[in-house]
Amino acid sequence: MALYRAAPWQKPLSLALLLAALAVPTVLTALDQAFYIGFATRVLIFALAASSLNLVLGFGGMVSLGHAAFLGAGAYVAAICQQAGINEALIAFPLAMGVAGLFALVVGAVSLRTRGVYFIMITLAFAQMAYYLFVSARSWGGDDGLPLNGRMTLGGLPLASDDALFYAALLALVAAMALFGRLVDARFGRVLQAIRENETRMEALGYLVFRFRLVAFVLSGMGAGLAGALLANLTGLASPNLLQWTQSGTLLVMVIIGGVGYLYGGVVGAVVLLMLEEMLVGFTAHWHIVLGLLLLAVVLFAPRGVAALFGPTRGNDHG
Amino acid sequence: MAEALLEVSRLSRRFGAVDALKEVDFNVTAGEVHALIGPNGAGKTTFIHHVSGALQPDSGRIRFAGHDVTTLSMHRRVSAGMARSYQITNIFPGLSALDNVALAVQGRNDAGSSFRFWRPVGREAALFEEAKGYLEQVGLQGKDGAAAGMLSHGEQRALELAMVLATRPKLLLLDEPMAGTGPEESARMVELIEQLARRVTILLVEHDMAAVFRLADRISVLVNGQLICTGTPEEVRNDAAVRRAYLGDHL
Repeated sequence: MALYRAAPWQKPLSLALLLAALAVPTVLTALDQAFYIGFATRVLIFALAASSLNLVLGFGGMVSLGHAAFLGAGAYVAAICQQAGINEALIAFPLAMGVAGLFALVVGAVSLRTRGVYFIMITLAFAQMAYYLFVSARSWGGDDGLPLNGRMTLGGLPLASDDALFYAALLALVAAMALFGRLVDARFGRVLQAIRENETRMEALGYLVFRFRLVAFVLSGMGAGLAGALLANLTGLASPNLLQWTQSGTLLVMVIIGGVGYLYGGVVGAVVLLMLEEMLVGFTAHWHIVLGLLLLAVVLFAPRGVAALFGPTRGNDHG
Repeated sequence: MAEALLEVSRLSRRFGAVDALKEVDFNVTAGEVHALIGPNGAGKTTFIHHVSGALQPDSGRIRFAGHDVTTLSMHRRVSAGMARSYQITNIFPGLSALDNVALAVQGRNDAGSSFRFWRPVGREAALFEEAKGYLEQVGLQGKDGAAAGMLSHGEQRALELAMVLATRPKLLLLDEPMAGTGPEESARMVELIEQLARRVTILLVEHDMAAVFRLADRISVLVNGQLICTGTPEEVRNDAAVRRAYLGDHL
């Protein structure tokens, strides 16, 4: 795999999509479908979480099966903040990112000493530990989770309306994508991808492989933590279910469907998966069967993900 | 006598019941090309692994440029000025030739921090200019954009050499640079190493005896993990023990 290089049309396309996204609440309200604004917000939040995972999975080559832990940690920090009387997102969200990042630092410091299947298992083990910690934490609601009493404010502006939270989530996603987009084409991102390609070579060139991996892992955890804090505001609950390993699996599936190692792979995957779920749930309670077939189809017909179908965004594709 | 750039003393390593290296005393003088030869399985690559830091010895010391590096990790030895090529070509096959070398330049201490998250590398012209220079030095001009994995075997070996050069080493560890190359590529590689030898000290492991005797200032012979002889090519050629153990029918 070559180093990531944005396709020339990527910038105009993302700007166009951003403009379209800005109009979503207005359009949905005009169509009398305001109910779906919450759904659209959910898509944005999972796009952020999946993109964060894609940074380590796609660009760093680290298959983490524990990212739900960082998502859940972010959600709980938001809920605990509110319980403690902090209702300002400008304080709670950075705190959520900080705690999730710190957690990722610990998990990464241990698990990044292993490779392959062992790495997958250790990240999973950490996430399960966190899950059981929150399930058994009585003061934080245990099994039932920790509810929020209404949404927070962002810089004094209330996020109570669905529109406001939608725009807050959009802002977070755009900021994260801007950072990730710059990062993968900057020195750090090139080192990260080169480590994915040939770890021994990078060591022999004098790079401290572990440190680069760890920084990426922490950044990724912070992104997932921010998504968790937003999600808690959306659903009004920090639930231990957010930390379930199935949640980590869902994030992985999103990235795989969308395109591992494509900048927008996480976004595409979140949109496709959540929209499918939304549509299929209406038809049958066994929508997971259809999802399984879809996964098979992706692996068979678009093994590099849906984002890959939209032309070359990788260096080796332009010859 | 000139100063020793690399000084290995009483280096030993066992793998299970096998003495891979037994009390090896070995040094490389600054400026020379020192070849290490020996039959298959003599421990040459194991020795290089220990010098480069990929493996840790059971006992013995390694000093490099006046410092004890025995316990230093591989990347620290690289920072100190040691660079190696691999017996089996070790490059980034998916990356362009230029990116391969640019990463090597970027990894150098004096090239600035690699923890830059925002500035596109496209704006770091110096990185790529310098990388192009190394590609030219090894005869790969015009191959900048080619995926490294698509280059011919000889070109890949040359590319690896360009990467190694880009780390601006004091000591170059070349592990069988001629391995698997055709006669023509092999001749070009010998020329290339001859040119490099004017600027950098080289420890060369190689099976191609014609190349070794043409390039080396000194030769050491390793047999069953033990160093049986070190000397000028002439001395080694005439050494009875060497002839018995190894060279006999080669010379």
